[in-house]
Amino acid sequence: MERRTLVSFVLILLLTAVAVYGVVSQQHPAWLTNLLFWQPEATRNLDFQLGLDLQGGLQVLMVADLPAGQTLDSQAMETARRIVEKRVNALGLTEPVVQIQGAERIVVEIPGIENPAQAVDTIRETALLEFVEPPANVTLEMIYALESAQIPISTTYGMTEEAIQAQSAMTDSMLFKTVMTGADLANAFVTRESQTSQPVVAIEFQSEAADFFAEYTSTHLGKNLCIVLDKQIISCPRIDSAIPSGQATIQGNFNYESASQLAVQLQYGALPIPLKIESYKAIGPSLGAISVEKSVRAGIVGLVVVFLFMLIYYRLNGLAADLALGLYVLLNLLLYKLIPVTLTLPGIAGFLLSVGMAVDANILVFERMKEELRHGRSLARAAEAGFSRAWTSVRDSNLATLLTCLILFIFGNAFAASLVKGFAITLALGTLINLFTAIVVTRTLIRVAFGSLGDWIQQHLWVLGL
Amino acid sequence: MLNFVQHRRLFFTIAGILVALSLVALVVSAIMFDGQALRISIDFKGGTLFTLHFTEPVEESAIRDVFIAHGHTGPIIQRLGAVADNSWQVRTRFADSEEVQQILDDLDTQVGSVDRALSNWNTVEPTVGAEVARQAALAVLVAALAVLGFIWYSFRKVPHPFRYGVVSIVAMAVNVMITLGFYALMGILQGWEADALFLTAVLTVIGFSVQDVIVVFDRIRENISRHRSEPFEMIVNRSILETVQRSLATQLNAMFVLVAILLFGGTTIKPFVAVMLVGMLSETFTSLCVAVPLLVVWEEREHHRVLARAAA
Repeated sequence: MERRTLVSFVLILLLTAVAVYGVVSQQHPAWLTNLLFWQPEATRNLDFQLGLDLQGGLQVLMVADLPAGQTLDSQAMETARRIVEKRVNALGLTEPVVQIQGAERIVVEIPGIENPAQAVDTIRETALLEFVEPPANVTLEMIYALESAQIPISTTYGMTEEAIQAQSAMTDSMLFKTVMTGADLANAFVTRESQTSQPVVAIEFQSEAADFFAEYTSTHLGKNLCIVLDKQIISCPRIDSAIPSGQATIQGNFNYESASQLAVQLQYGALPIPLKIESYKAIGPSLGAISVEKSVRAGIVGLVVVFLFMLIYYRLNGLAADLALGLYVLLNLLLYKLIPVTLTLPGIAGFLLSVGMAVDANILVFERMKEELRHGRSLARAAEAGFSRAWTSVRDSNLATLLTCLILFIFGNAFAASLVKGFAITLALGTLINLFTAIVVTRTLIRVAFGSLGDWIQQHLWVLGL
Repeated sequence: MLNFVQHRRLFFTIAGILVALSLVALVVSAIMFDGQALRISIDFKGGTLFTLHFTEPVEESAIRDVFIAHGHTGPIIQRLGAVADNSWQVRTRFADSEEVQQILDDLDTQVGSVDRALSNWNTVEPTVGAEVARQAALAVLVAALAVLGFIWYSFRKVPHPFRYGVVSIVAMAVNVMITLGFYALMGILQGWEADALFLTAVLTVIGFSVQDVIVVFDRIRENISRHRSEPFEMIVNRSILETVQRSLATQLNAMFVLVAILLFGGTTIKPFVAVMLVGMLSETFTSLCVAVPLLVVWEEREHHRVLARAAA
């Protein structure tokens, strides 16, 4: 056996060991998962990522719903995404995904959710701006503590009169009285305070609200009025003088960015851009589990038949192809964990199909090898000729597959078709790995076999299916 | 030696019959479903698709009543799987999340309780559907161009690349036609709808459709230089016979896998897998029995013309 063949053989064995460990073992030490620097730190792991169709869940696709003629600001879109993400995270579910799709869409995926209806409501709900009056028993220190710790407060907004009466009657009541809401605002923008040049948010009330505000401020001089967004205190300025103009500024611990974000939030209610739900999909979690079970069973049956066919039809060569195919399967699964690739039902179909196609390269080579042997070539020369002559066909057919995958991926990317992308990714990955296993691995295995058993095989050509 | 190319008339007739049957299926579907040659899914036209699993046996009419009460006139209701599964599929117009919720609640109280964990629903706004349809048309166009480019690249070294290209494309068109016809038929019989996955399968079939042709043509190229004295028909025949084992073996393996998914896999991807299976079967047929014999006809005619000119 040549030295080069031996080296490749040993390397292949090592690779197999690594792949088996990565795929089969369930628990992985922290130092190992920490090596996966390309994965986001919080979710680094060596587990299979299942798509929504396999674990159940909710997918919501929202589109910016701007009035005609208004242009879409990508900065505002990103702010909208962050706000949606905050709300989705507040549901406390594992690994939700909130992404901007194209220029004007936001896609939300929440795996394994039990109550999709509630989640949709939470996502759509617009955040609420309130101007509230602190109850008498709450001191300024307490308010500052609530503000800095971002503890949600309760306000009278939306409560019935009786409920407010009952709550206020309690001695330790922490109920803040809502004076006005964001619905009363006409405009909000960032400006700088003239003396300190600190960024502040300037607001303007609609005319009726301005009158009310003027009266309110004149009767509540020296009191504090808190500005509350989604039940969180943003600032609690003191009313120093009556404000007749309907204009006011919100001072807080802002830098320019946070001030403009608040201004945007105030202006558009919660989201800087109105979002409309375009499509949503809810998949029952048990349904997903059944799909996984069925796919695994289908996969095993399909693989076993392919393995048997190769073994029976190509005998010794088939054995080499089967071993390479085994490594092929392991490497695919390993990469799904490493990259990670989110597995979907069509994704699994793509992988299984790629297994069927993977043996194509081997079949091309083996048929060629048989032909060369029939023409009376020696074993070693037939083997090498098989590999080198079949190469152009192998290359071309794999290129065609990769091209198809590329088109599918671009097409799937154009709208939120994660199913189409899943299929394209697994098929493309499979095709690439196949070039390695079908050519390099099978060739090495055959060289090893022919190198050590060459004479015997030459006498018993039936082991090659001749 | 078995003469494969000799039977080309028979092959052309079979291909013609298959294409005619496909056209019939597409036309029948168009007549049955308001001009839809393939039944279009909500992916492309918008609407709502419910797959409902009830915990007890229910009546179709009771389900219909709930939908109509919510202003969904004419929902399409179908039973899924066996009677004991208590699974139903309902197709209707776009409904927002609140509406879906109310419908589910009313189904619970008026029909039978819906097992949410085993059910799913998917709703798409009509405008998105239209945009997806545009994207899909674009994808098909790009795929067709890419395959053309690929054929041009693959055949750059054969004697008449244009002819090789044209016959490959004819074969591909026949193949796509048969695949579409099959889906139209299943749309009529089983209510299968053309969705994003269907398009994925068709694009995959298109992508794979030149593979067998390329292998045979590659061999023809090799044999032309090796057997200069043989007539073209013989060379082609030899090339087919030399590569047919590989074509069949490869097809068989892909088919093993696809049939396994069809038999044991989840119900939702059955149409997807079935389209690929049919597409690949017909691809082998169109490659060997349409593309290659067509090439022979074309080259031979040229040959005769040259001979005739020489005789004159």
